[in-house]
Amino acid sequence: MDVLDLTRLQFAVVTIYHYLFVPLSISLSAVAAGLHLTWMHTGSEKFLHLTKFVGKLLIVTFAVGVVTGLVQEFQFGLGWSAFAKFYGDVFGPTLAIEGMLAFFLEATFLALWYFGWGRLPRRLHAATIVVVAVGTLLSAYIILAANSFMQNPVAYALDPQTGRAHLTSFGELLTNEVVLAAFPHTMAGAAMAGGGLLLAIGVWRLAADAAFRTLARAGAWLMLIGGAMTAITGDHLGKVMTAVQPMKMAAAEALYETTTGAPFSVFALGKLGHEKPFLTVEIPHLLSFLGTGSFDGTVQGIDDLQAQYVAQFGPGSYVPMIPVAFWTFRLMIGAGVAGMALAAYYLWASSSSRRFRIPLLPAFLQLGAGVPGWAKRILLLSPLLPAAANTFGWVFTETARQPWLAFGISKVSDGISPGLTSAEVVASLAGFTLIYGLLAVAWYKLVVHLSRKPLAPETPVEAAEAQPVPAY
Amino acid sequence: MITFWFAILVLAWVLYFVLEGFDFGVGVLAPFLGRDEHERGAAIRTIGPFWDGNEVWLVAAIGVTFAAFPAWYAVLLSALYLPMVAILLLLAVRGVALEFRGKHDSPAWRRRCDWLLAGSSAGVVLLWGAQLGVFVHGLALNADGAVIGSGLGRSLAPLVTPAAGLGALAALLGTVLLGATFLALRTTGPVRRRAVSLARNGGNLGTVGLLLAGVATGSRITLVAAVVCFVAGMLARRGREGSAFTAVAVGVAGAVVTVFTAHGSVVLRSTLDPLWSLTRAEAAATPSALQLITIAGVIVLPGVLAYQAWSYWVFRRRVASERIAS
Ligand code: HDD
Ligand code: HEM
Ligand code: HEM
Repeated sequence: MDVLDLTRLQFAVVTIYHYLFVPLSISLSAVAAGLHLTWMHTGSEKFLHLTKFVGKLLIVTFAVGVVTGLVQEFQFGLGWSAFAKFYGDVFGPTLAIEGMLAFFLEATFLALWYFGWGRLPRRLHAATIVVVAVGTLLSAYIILAANSFMQNPVAYALDPQTGRAHLTSFGELLTNEVVLAAFPHTMAGAAMAGGGLLLAIGVWRLAADAAFRTLARAGAWLMLIGGAMTAITGDHLGKVMTAVQPMKMAAAEALYETTTGAPFSVFALGKLGHEKPFLTVEIPHLLSFLGTGSFDGTVQGIDDLQAQYVAQFGPGSYVPMIPVAFWTFRLMIGAGVAGMALAAYYLWASSSSRRFRIPLLPAFLQLGAGVPGWAKRILLLSPLLPAAANTFGWVFTETARQPWLAFGISKVSDGISPGLTSAEVVASLAGFTLIYGLLAVAWYKLVVHLSRKPLAPETPVEAAEAQPVPAY
Repeated sequence: MITFWFAILVLAWVLYFVLEGFDFGVGVLAPFLGRDEHERGAAIRTIGPFWDGNEVWLVAAIGVTFAAFPAWYAVLLSALYLPMVAILLLLAVRGVALEFRGKHDSPAWRRRCDWLLAGSSAGVVLLWGAQLGVFVHGLALNADGAVIGSGLGRSLAPLVTPAAGLGALAALLGTVLLGATFLALRTTGPVRRRAVSLARNGGNLGTVGLLLAGVATGSRITLVAAVVCFVAGMLARRGREGSAFTAVAVGVAGAVVTVFTAHGSVVLRSTLDPLWSLTRAEAAATPSALQLITIAGVIVLPGVLAYQAWSYWVFRRRVASERIAS
């Protein structure tokens, strides 16, 4: 691998890792806010304990999100300084505004909430966690706007002298049609991620406390509704993508020829080249519907697009890696559907109602039949499915953008830092892999430890801090 | 406009080094000033609610650098690639050690977190200090603004200079004093006693060291730093912990401002040819980008300062390090 490939690999590893924790932070902060408000409203001890428990999960997850996010902020200068120089006027303000507007808010108010029990008036205290939840949405929106610029550059002008891009309208950058479609989709994916974690913990600890059943069911609902929302929003995102990056949709289906009423392959075995794979399962007309909204719409093929881009941008290959695009797109959808199925099964089987029986269905699949041990073990895997779907979704989005860094204006090979050596990137990649691996192990251990503890606290830990001597 | 944003940027770096400086200091000192798990926990709890908000000043500082001076951001980070990556990795270990420590009940887990916190805090401080030294000394920038060299040595070589070494030592001294005066201000009991005595002795030691260095090099700034050290030690002894902390903070702020303004309008000096140095004007973003962040900054930053100040007020109580007889 040359230095460019290594730097790309590093960016991918570090960013994907950040994005394993971020969706959890986004949804756990919303869940913590919801639980806190429910507790205020009902006064029920159960919700207080759940609020504090989810708060602890949030704090440990957030910490990993923060330290890996910090790396993100530096990445553009470390490995991609040429890109940072030329697009600094677009990206710089966006990242700076994200930091000022969202990160300060999240960090300060999360601490105020977590340490603020008994120190802030009740309503104000509840408001702090709501602020955190809003802050996570803000930061997600702004960073997605930056990413959407790379998919569909808008609101910029190129300086003919220096070749540098500068922003013409921040409002337009924030209302890029890609970010308007990607934000709801990623937030639905985030809801699924948090739901999966809560479902698994709830199912695992069912026997310990009745409150865990509430947690498991809340998690399952979040995963199910989040899943439905990812499908609805993903469908819309697909249409926007087909309009602005037709090559991506063609690559996602390995569709070489422009086709009217194009089918969607659920599955394909064999080569994804010009020749037909030897085994496929296709749903007729579905690709046309996904891409254009009409079952008879025309989807442009790779060959036509390649010819068109050569005419437009000059000679070169404008085709991304087809198998990666094809499979990541399917795995994203597949993992999401599998996650929804798990959630739906749990809600059905654990329902306290047994109002009706469906004939011919085996006993364990009846409404309210209860969850047998082996099914519980499968449910413990539910956090992995949304995490996989999120990762595959990003790998698809970013690799099928190739060879462009910012679509149509800047290539990946032009973005790398001048002077950077392979040895440096190998060393840093090794460092990131090692340290991030250790962080993941520590995070997992801590989540298991926190879930094992009784929900109702034995001794209030915070009491030791509440000494009445102000320092200033 | 460029000067204005340069000032804002220096302010962001100053706030970062002062604020995160005291929590680095507490991280380094906790295992030494806290004799047992309980005392260490008390020391670390003084920064629990603040460290993340402090660290966001780094996000803001680097973000503003990127926004207002994109070329500076690009050259700086890629030229000092490995030291920067090392800082990020140490910060990752540090943040997680801090946040994970209290969430597990096992003493072994907590002990491990304490040492990871101390080690990573010290490492980050030394590396930042060395890099500030490099800013003063300059980098081997070629005409493209890239550092020349090959292999791992390319971005590590700038750190093996006397300037970097001095920077590292000065940074360690500054953060230890910040940490000690902060702990003196924010705790009660044995940790407070030890912090006061460390601030006093450290202040005296620092004064002597800086005086010697100042006389040897004839540098006026070093002499000023020696006075700051002395004043801080004296204030700590008199029990005026708030003022002692303020004195150290002002000293650190002064040092950072000095580093950033050492070469006038040159933001990164090239040691190869002065013509290849990067100036503020060359590094600056276009007026439209500067305008945008000005508007955002004017609206947002006062609010940030206000709610951060409020959080310091909410958590103003001292943390007890003595055991409550039960
Ligand atoms: C739990 C996660 C999850 C699930 C179940 C789905 N997605 Fe997704 N998808 C993501 C999580 C995700 C993501 C990780 O959040 C991405 C990456 C970039 C983005 O904006 O969202 C994404 C990207 C993404 C893109 C690429 C956008 C671009 O390149 O500009 C499309 C077209 C879809 N999705 C469509 C779908 C469809 C039609 C789905 C189901 C029927 C679906 N996704 C399920
Ligand atoms: C502001 C947001 C983002 C920006 C500016 C951005 C930018 C980039 C850049 C510069 C590269 C390297 C060049 C390349 O190989 O294409 C890249 C690659 C990549 N990014 Fe993004 N990215 C953003 C968000 C994300 C997120 C949130 C994820 C997923 C979690 C992600 C996943 C990837 C992956 C998987 C690659 C590797 C692609 C490849 O090597 O071909 N990106 N991105
Ligand atoms: C590649 C571009 C990215 C950069 C530069 C970046 C930067 C950062 C930084 C610096 C932090 C730490 C904030 C703090 O100290 O409080 C952070 C956390 C966060 N990021 Fe990212 N990020 C990127 C990708 C993403 C994406 C794509 C999303 C969402 C869709 C996202 C959402 C968040 C959220 C919600 C947080 C706060 C919660 C947490 O820390 O876990 N980030 N990010």
